Amino acid sequence: MIDLIGYGAFFLTTALIFSLISLGLNLQWGLTGLFNVGVAGFVAIGAYVSALLTTPHDAARFGGFELPILAGWLGAMLVAGVAAAITGFATLRLKSDYLAITTFGVAVVVQLVALNAQSLTGGAFGIGFIPRPFAALAETPLLFNLSNVAIVAAVTLVAYLALQHLSKSPWGRVLKALREDERAAISLGKSARFYRVQAFAVGGALMGLAGAVQAHFIGFIAPDNYAPMLTFQVWVMLIVGGSGSNIGAIVGSILVWAIWAGSGALTATLFAPEQQARAASLQIVAIGVMLCLILLFRPNGLFGNMTQRRRIRLGQRKPS
Amino acid sequence: MSLQFLVDGLLTGSMIGLGAIGVTLTYSILRFSNFAHGDFMAWGAYATLVVVGAIGAMFGKVAPIGALSFGWPLIIAVIIGCALTGLMALLLDFVLFSRLREKGQAIIVVMASFGASMALRSLLEFIFTSRPTYFSRAIQIAMPVGFGIRVTPDQIALLVLTVLLVSATHLLMTRTHIGRSMQAVSQNPALARVVGIDVARVVRATWLLGGALACVAGVMVGILVQIRPLMGFDMLLPMFAAAILGGIGSVPGAVLGGLIIGLAEAAAVQFIGAEWRAAVSFVILMAVLFVRPIGLFGRRER
Repeated sequence: MIDLIGYGAFFLTTALIFSLISLGLNLQWGLTGLFNVGVAGFVAIGAYVSALLTTPHDAARFGGFELPILAGWLGAMLVAGVAAAITGFATLRLKSDYLAITTFGVAVVVQLVALNAQSLTGGAFGIGFIPRPFAALAETPLLFNLSNVAIVAAVTLVAYLALQHLSKSPWGRVLKALREDERAAISLGKSARFYRVQAFAVGGALMGLAGAVQAHFIGFIAPDNYAPMLTFQVWVMLIVGGSGSNIGAIVGSILVWAIWAGSGALTATLFAPEQQARAASLQIVAIGVMLCLILLFRPNGLFGNMTQRRRIRLGQRKPS
Repeated sequence: MSLQFLVDGLLTGSMIGLGAIGVTLTYSILRFSNFAHGDFMAWGAYATLVVVGAIGAMFGKVAPIGALSFGWPLIIAVIIGCALTGLMALLLDFVLFSRLREKGQAIIVVMASFGASMALRSLLEFIFTSRPTYFSRAIQIAMPVGFGIRVTPDQIALLVLTVLLVSATHLLMTRTHIGRSMQAVSQNPALARVVGIDVARVVRATWLLGGALACVAGVMVGILVQIRPLMGFDMLLPMFAAAILGGIGSVPGAVLGGLIIGLAEAAAVQFIGAEWRAAVSFVILMAVLFVRPIGLFGRRER
């Protein structure tokens, strides 16, 4: 029983960290219509920045400033947000696909830096000894897990309330207006690019925060954690939950993570160890097909309310 | 300083360029960036590998042609592989992309291609496992050609093949009816439809051509490096960067962009370090987006 609660808390902590990433993606995609294929990159930036700020000093690499965890979280949000702002600034005056391609590139480069800049990121071995909140409770795992889930839930709740407030604020209404009818919004004197860069930066900051929270929860980070797979998972979570809905982002994350963890456990019991790598790839195929099916047949997901008025017909042109 | 990196760069650039032709055509004619294009390369390479195996089972061991590492079975297999890859692209368009295009949400199509890419790649890992394989394990002797440069017979053959394919594609696009129809749809789809161009046929031709060239590029990677499920996905960023550098919609631009990126990658490997190779295309991409987002041969959106 105790084990079950402990596992439940562990599961929920991971799922809520995914929720936090999905909330950031929902601000970018659901509210503003910006397509980010480099989610993993921004999560990784947050995780590494926070790790560098809070770990004990290490002669082998840069950083180890032993700052409090909260400072690490804030630093993570700041740097990931700035990185997102630069990405947005470079591409948001261009066609939407360019943002997708550029964010994809950001994720590739972040992973490359994490893997190769040994003196900064610890290379392939990553960074360990990241301070964990409530480390004093680690001797009683149950209490430790419960306090972790509490703090992650609190962070997610704050993010959720802030985003709900933002999306109803004048700022959020401009974003929705830009998403629905860019020309009309511009004619009302709103700078499309300026607002979009802001939304993209805030979304990126949330992803960075999620990366930092996860790094402190696990206590260890390595480049492999931030593969394109992560981006893919978060997208599926948001689409299942429904783009445009913050509640959908949270529920979708928990649901998809449950399916993911459940099917992972199932393949672990059903298949022989030497077959498990193959079974795992089949699991990814299934999730990929699921994403395509939802896009085809239920594009609004569970809670989505994203009205789609933007249409491209073969033949529509932007006025020059 | 050795000039060897020029040959390596030209070869990498050829593979990137052949792939980028498909990316640039899909982008300009169907108006979305296809994240599954890299996986067409990998599927093409594996399809060719399977056909080579089948021919080997039927006819026994075949001696390679001259000094090359491969014989006629590979040449036949590439042609079949191209057809299969083109058909796979058509099938994917039929079950997924065309339906989403009809709904009229451009960026949803991009997302679907991202999901399809993940599924296609993992399916390859499931069938063939992630262990690399090779068309041939024979080791070729590189011949010196002056200036400290050495090339293998395979490399010469593949460079010649690239020149032939790019010229043929260019002639197809400029001299044939279907090619000119493709250009018309890319420039102004509404007008193209008005003058009676069969847009559905143009879409089919785009997928077949893009898929076939991706297959050739994949086989080239397979001959010169190795075949693995991730091979195409790793080429995705260089291909996008090449298409944008060359100017979206321009076939010569895509090839030139590919060559520039290939040479820059090879130079980076020689002068900076092999581990930073993958960052080269990102740097070039960002530079193009800041300085000249329409690329070298691109046309401004009208």
